[in-house]
Amino acid sequence: MAEPDPPVAASSPPARIYRHRLPTRAWHWVNAVTLLILLMSGLMIFNAHPRLYWGQYGANLDHAWFAIGATPDTGYIRFGETRIETTGVLGRWTDGQGAEQTWAFPGWATIPTTYDLASGRRWHLFFAWVLSISLSLYMVWSLIGGHIRRNLHVRRAEWSPRHIWQDIKDHARLRLPRGQAAARYGILQKLSYIGVIFVLLPLMILTGLTMSPGMDAAWPWLLDVFGGRQSARSIHFIAAWTLVLFFLVHIAMVFLAGPLNEVRSMVSGWFTLPPEKEDGA
Amino acid sequence: MTGLILPRRRLIARAGGVVAAAGALPLLAGCDAINEAPAVRKILSMGEEMNRASQRALMNRGALAREFTVADLSPVFRSNGTSLPDGEDYAAQARAGFANWRLAVTGLVARPLSLSMADIRAMPQRTQITRHDCVEGWSAIGGWTGPQLRRILEAAKVRNSARYIVFRCADRIGDALYYESCDMVDALHPQTILAWALNGEILPIANGAPLRLRIERQLGYKHAKYLTGIEAVASLDGIGAGKGGFWEDQVDYEWYAGI
Repeated sequence: MAEPDPPVAASSPPARIYRHRLPTRAWHWVNAVTLLILLMSGLMIFNAHPRLYWGQYGANLDHAWFAIGATPDTGYIRFGETRIETTGVLGRWTDGQGAEQTWAFPGWATIPTTYDLASGRRWHLFFAWVLSISLSLYMVWSLIGGHIRRNLHVRRAEWSPRHIWQDIKDHARLRLPRGQAAARYGILQKLSYIGVIFVLLPLMILTGLTMSPGMDAAWPWLLDVFGGRQSARSIHFIAAWTLVLFFLVHIAMVFLAGPLNEVRSMVSGWFTLPPEKEDGA
Repeated sequence: MTGLILPRRRLIARAGGVVAAAGALPLLAGCDAINEAPAVRKILSMGEEMNRASQRALMNRGALAREFTVADLSPVFRSNGTSLPDGEDYAAQARAGFANWRLAVTGLVARPLSLSMADIRAMPQRTQITRHDCVEGWSAIGGWTGPQLRRILEAAKVRNSARYIVFRCADRIGDALYYESCDMVDALHPQTILAWALNGEILPIANGAPLRLRIERQLGYKHAKYLTGIEAVASLDGIGAGKGGFWEDQVDYEWYAGI
C-alpha cells in the first residue's frame, strides 16, 4: 500500500464521523423512491410489448433477441434461441383474484397492478422528470461541493491492480474495513457509486429520451449514439436491471456492514466507525 | 426433461402464492387506489405538460424526424388498431376504389373544402421514409406519400384563431368514432402529410385507406387513419370527451405524444 493506515488507539471509544451531508442524504432517499416507481411503471410499459430488438425498427414479425411469452400452459423468457420456463412469475402467473394472466411481468411488480399502459406511462414520465432534475442537481452539487473530489475521486494508488484485487478479495471474504479505514470509501465502492451516478443513471435518461419521437427529431444524434430507437429500448432495459443488481449488492453490503449504523448515517449523517478487532488476527 | 421442469414450476407457483399470502395484496390494492385518486392523476399529468412545454420551448419546433432509405424499410409494416372499419358505407367505398371518398375541411377556415382522392393526389406530394413508433414500444419503418397538411390548410385559408386541428375518421372503436387532434406547430410541420400510399403502393385498408395522417414526431395513436374530415378549432372542449382524441378520452393516453 502507498500510505500506512492512520494510527488508531485500540482502546479509544468508537469514533463517530459526519459521513453524509444533507444533499447526499436527501438525494439518496428521493432517488430510492423514484427508481422504485420508475422500475415498476417501466415493467408495466414493457408488458405492452414484451419483446426487445436491436436496430432502428422492431415489431412482432421482426426477430426479437429477448422476449417474455406464454404457451397455452406455461410462461417463459427467451434469450436468443434459449427458452427458460418461468411459469408462475413471468409470462403466465396468477393474479390476486386467482385468475391466470399472461402479461409478462406479474401484478405485484408493476404500477398499477393490472394492465394499464396509460397509467404506467403517467407514473413513468412524471418520475423521469424527478430523476432527471434531482440527478442534475446532485451532480452539480457533487462537483462544486467537493463530494467528488473528497469522497469519490479515485486516487492514483487505488488504481493499482494489486489494490483493486485486494479489495475484491476482502469483499469475497466479507472482510470489511474497520476503524479509520471505514471512514473512506473503498475502490469498489467508489467505482460503483461513480458508475451509478455518472454512467447508469445518465444512460437511463438518454436511452429513455431516444424512445421519444419528438426528441429524436430535435436531437437526431441520440439515434446515432445508441444505434436506433429499438437498440435504445434494449439498452434501457439492460441498464435498468443493472441498477437492480446494484441495488441488491448495495442492500447486501448494508446488512453485512451493520444495517442500523448504515441506515442511521443515511438519515442523520453520523456514522459510527466499526472498532478495530482486538485480536488483530 | 418435463420431469425436471414440472417440480420447478410448482415450486415457483408456490413461491408466488407465499408472496401474495404475506400481506402483499392489501398493499397492492392501496397502490392502485393511489393511482386512481384524481389529485394524484392531476400531479402525474404535469409530466405530460412538462414534456410538451419543454419540447416546444427548448427544441427546434421545425426539427425534422429522421428520414431513412429504402434499405431501412421494415420487411412488414405492422398495422394496429382498426384493420377494417365496420359498416356497409365503408365497404361500398372500398369496392368503388374510394372514388367517392371525400375529405371535408371545415371549422375556422375562410374557404371550407370537400376534396376527392383525385383532388388530393393532384396536389404537390411529399414522400418520406420514417419510423412509426407505437405507444406500446414497437417501431416500424415505412415510406409514405401524400400532400402536406399545411398546403390543404392554406388552400382552405385557415383563420388565425385556429389553435388545433381535429382529424375525423371513419372507423369506430366500440361506440365512438376515432378522432385525433394536434396543435398548429405539428399541423404546419413539413413532414405532417395526409398519406394515400405506403411503400409506393396504394395505402392498404389495414393501414388506413384511403387516407391517413402522418405526424412524424408523435406516437402511433396520433396518426389517425380512414380520414373523413379536418376541422380547425380554437378549443378542444366539447369535442369527444374534451381530451383531444379517442384514446385520450377512453384510457387517458397523453394528448401530447411526442414522448
